[in-house]
Amino acid sequence: MRRLRYLLVFYLFIISISYAYSETISTHDKDSQQMDCKEEQEESPEVSEEIRIRKDEFDEIVEQLQGMKALLENMKQDYEVRLNEMQEKIAVLEKERTQMEEKAFQPGIPAKVPGTGTENVRIKGEDYESVVGKLQEMETNLGNVEADYDSRLKKIEETHNANLEEMQQNVAVSPQPASPEPEKWSPAQPIALLSAGKSYMNISLDGLFAAAGSTAEDLETLEAGGHDPNQRGFTLQNLETTMDGAIDPYFKGQANIIYQIDNEGESSLEVEEAFLTSMSLPLNLQVKAGTFFTEFGRLNPVHPHAWDFADQPLVNGRFLGPDGLRNPGMRLSWLAPTSVYTELFFTIQDSQGDTAYSFRNEDALFGREATDTRVRAMEDMLYTPRITTSFDVTDETTVLFGASAAFGPNSTGKDEDTLIYGLDMFWKWKSKYAAGGFPFVTWQTEVMGRRFEAGEDINAGLSDEVMHNWGTYSQIAWGFKKRWIAGLRGDYVDGEEEAVDPLGFERWRLSPNLTFYPSEFSKIRLQYNYDDILKNDSTEHSVFLQFEFLLGSHGAHKF
Amino acid sequence: MKTAYQVLILCILFVVSWVSVVHAKLNIVATTPDLGSIVREIGKDKVEVTSIAKPTEDPHFVDAKPSFIVKLNKADMLIDGGLQLEIGWLPNLVTGARNQKILPGNPGYVVASAGVPVLELPASLDRARGDVHPLGNPHFMLDPLNGKIVATQICNRLCQIDEKNGSYYKINLKDFVARLDQKFSEWQKKTEPFHGTKIVTYHKTFPYFAKRFNLIVVGTLEPKPGIPPSPAHINQLIPMMKNEGVKLIVIEQFRERKIPEFVAEQTGAKVVILPIMVGGVKETDDYLSFFDYTINQLVSALNAKS
Repeated sequence: MRRLRYLLVFYLFIISISYAYSETISTHDKDSQQMDCKEEQEESPEVSEEIRIRKDEFDEIVEQLQGMKALLENMKQDYEVRLNEMQEKIAVLEKERTQMEEKAFQPGIPAKVPGTGTENVRIKGEDYESVVGKLQEMETNLGNVEADYDSRLKKIEETHNANLEEMQQNVAVSPQPASPEPEKWSPAQPIALLSAGKSYMNISLDGLFAAAGSTAEDLETLEAGGHDPNQRGFTLQNLETTMDGAIDPYFKGQANIIYQIDNEGESSLEVEEAFLTSMSLPLNLQVKAGTFFTEFGRLNPVHPHAWDFADQPLVNGRFLGPDGLRNPGMRLSWLAPTSVYTELFFTIQDSQGDTAYSFRNEDALFGREATDTRVRAMEDMLYTPRITTSFDVTDETTVLFGASAAFGPNSTGKDEDTLIYGLDMFWKWKSKYAAGGFPFVTWQTEVMGRRFEAGEDINAGLSDEVMHNWGTYSQIAWGFKKRWIAGLRGDYVDGEEEAVDPLGFERWRLSPNLTFYPSEFSKIRLQYNYDDILKNDSTEHSVFLQFEFLLGSHGAHKF
Repeated sequence: MKTAYQVLILCILFVVSWVSVVHAKLNIVATTPDLGSIVREIGKDKVEVTSIAKPTEDPHFVDAKPSFIVKLNKADMLIDGGLQLEIGWLPNLVTGARNQKILPGNPGYVVASAGVPVLELPASLDRARGDVHPLGNPHFMLDPLNGKIVATQICNRLCQIDEKNGSYYKINLKDFVARLDQKFSEWQKKTEPFHGTKIVTYHKTFPYFAKRFNLIVVGTLEPKPGIPPSPAHINQLIPMMKNEGVKLIVIEQFRERKIPEFVAEQTGAKVVILPIMVGGVKETDDYLSFFDYTINQLVSALNAKS
C-alpha cells in the first residue's frame, strides 16, 4: 500500500514534469508534442475517478468533434441542396403531388465545447466515456441521417420518375432549361434569332406561279411588272429563297434570292435583296445596308408573293420600274420619340441599272438613247427620303400615311435629273374577335408624280424637255370569311410622250379578284383585269389564276 | 439666331423632362393580356403595362401595328410567350423598336414559357399535319400553376432591372402566389365532381387547362391545327363523340358558332364559349378572376348537363 502511494506520487511527479516540459516545448515546436501522449489509467480507486488527458489530446478530440459536426453540417447542406433541386424539378413538373415538408434537420450535437484553458484538462472518467459515447452516437446518427436522406431522395426520385413517365405518355416534356436567367453573350457565340427555333437561320422557299388568258396577244406589252404574268399560258412569276436571322446581338440579316424563267425559257437568278439591319443604335436610329428595295411608298418594298393582286399596279411598273426600285445602298431611319408612330427614312443608293428604272437606266425613257453617265459627285446618287406616320383610330382601326420622294440623275443626258414623289395611305379594320386574322378590310392608295428631264437626242430628233407624268392606284381587300379575301383595284396612268405600246399609253384598269388561303402557307387566286387603253380606244380582258406555296419558316407580317 | 437657340434648348429640356417622367414607372410590354396581368400583379403601381394582342382575338394572328413599335421603343421589359405563338407578328415590331433592353440575352427580354412544362412538343415537323407549333403548345397560361411559374420568373427579372424595389415585387409575388393557391384549391373543389369528363375543343387551345382540371380532350373540331372543320372530319367526329359520351364542346370566343352548334345538336353535347385571355369578357379583369369565370362557366354547363 505504501509502495503504491510512493509509486503514485512518483508517477504524478513524472507526469507534471513531463507535462511542464511539453508545455514549454509546445510553444516552440508543436510537432514534438506527439511523443509521450499516452493516456494512462491507474488501477488505484482514488485515481480511477479522474482521467487526465493531455491538452493536445483533448484538443484533438474536440477537433474531432467539431470536424464531425462540420461534416454533419456539410452533409445536411448537401442533402438539402439535392432535396431542393429535386423539389424544384418536381414543382415544375408535377408540383403539389409530392408534399415535401422541409424538416429542419437538427444535428444531435451538443453545441458547447469544453473550454481549453489550463494546462491539464481533467475530465471525469464518466465524462470521457460519455464523450466517446457521444462520438459513437454521432457516428450512428450520421449513418441514420444518411440513410434517411437517401430514402427520402429515392422516394422523391421515384415519384419524379413516375410523373415523368406519366407525362411522357401523352405529352413531351419541355426541352427548355429550367433556369431562365439570360446568359452573358460572348462574341465567340452566335445567338439565335428572336423566336427562331434551333437554328441560326430561318430559311424558306416561296413559289409563285400564274396561268394567264388574255385578249391581248402580247401580255408583255400590257403588264408593267417584271414578275407579272407575261404570256398566255403559264408563268413562273417568282421563286424566292429567303434566308434571315440574327447575325449577332447588333445586327440581323436577310437575303432574298430569286429564280425566274422568262417567256423564252431562259432561267435567271437575281439577288433581289441582301442586307443587314442594326438592332440597337442609340438615339432611335437604325441602319440598313446592302442591296434592298427602296423605301418609297407602300408597295415598292413588298415582295411579289405578299401582294394582294396577281400583278403590279401600273404606276409602280412605270415609275419605279418592272422589278421595283432597288439597288445597293444604305438607309438611315429614325423613330421619332413621340407617342404617335412617326418614322423618317433616308436612303442613298446607286442610281444606275434596270432596277433604277427612271434614273441611270441603260434603256433610257421617252425614246432617247442612253448616254454614258458616271457618278461625278454625291449628287449623282439616288436619294430617297420618306416620312410615315400611323395611329390607331379606334381599337379595331388603324391608319398609316406616308410621303416619299426619290431623286437622282437619269441617263438621257449629262445633267438630266428625275424626281419621283408620292403619297400613300393604308387603312385597316380588323374585328376584335378575329379568328386567324379574319374578318378584316384594308384600303390602300398611292399617288405618284414624276418630273423627268429628258435630254436632247439628235439622232432621234428629240429636243431637251421636261416630262411630267402621274399615276395612281387604289385597292380594297376584304377578308369576309376565314381564308377568303375579295379584292378590287383601280389603276390609272396618264400617257407618256413617244410611247409605242400600252406600257406608255394613257390607260385605266379595273381588277377584281378572289383569293383563297388553304392555310397560311399556300394560296390560290383568281383575278380578272379590265384594261381600257384610252390612247387606242381599245379594251383588253385578262384572267389570271395564281397559286403560291411556301416551304420553311413563315416570315413575320409587316403592317 | 439667339431665340432659335433658346427654342432649341427649351425643346431639348422638354424632351428630357418628358422622357424622365415616362421613366418614373417601368414600361412593360407583354405580348398577350394574360402575361400582362401577371406583370400587373407583381409590379402593381410601379409598372405601366401594355399588352399587344387583344384579349378577344386569335393570338396567332395579331397585326403588327406601328403603334406597338413606339411602345416597344420605350419599354424596359418585353415579355414574350416564347413558344412561337408570336412568330407571325412580334419579330418586325422588335426590329422596328431599336431597343437594346428588350433584345434576347438582356434581362429586359423575358421568355415566359421558360421553366414551364410544355405539352404537345412535336417529335418531328411536318406541315402536312397542320400548323403545329414546333416548340410545343403555346397556350400554357391556361394552367393556373403555370401562371405561378411565370410570375416567379417575372418577379426575378423585375428585381434584376429594378433592384431598389426588389422587396416590393417579392412581397407582391408572395401575396399573389398565396391568393392563387387558395383560389386553386377552390377551383379544384368545384371541378372535382367532373373529373374525367370528356370534352371536344375547336382548336388545340385547352390542353393545359384540361390537364390541370382533369378533363379529357378526346378530339378537336379542326381536323388539323389551323385547318377549319371539314365535313368529312365532322362526320367522323360526331359518332366518336357519341361513343365517348362527350358532354362539352369548348370553343374560344372568336370562333364561328355554326359548326360547333351543329355538332352539339347532333351529339347532345353543350357548347361552352370561353375567353382564352384575361379581359376576354368584362368579368375577367385579372388572372384569378379569369379562372373564376372560366371554371364557373364550365361547372354550370356541366351541372346543367347532368
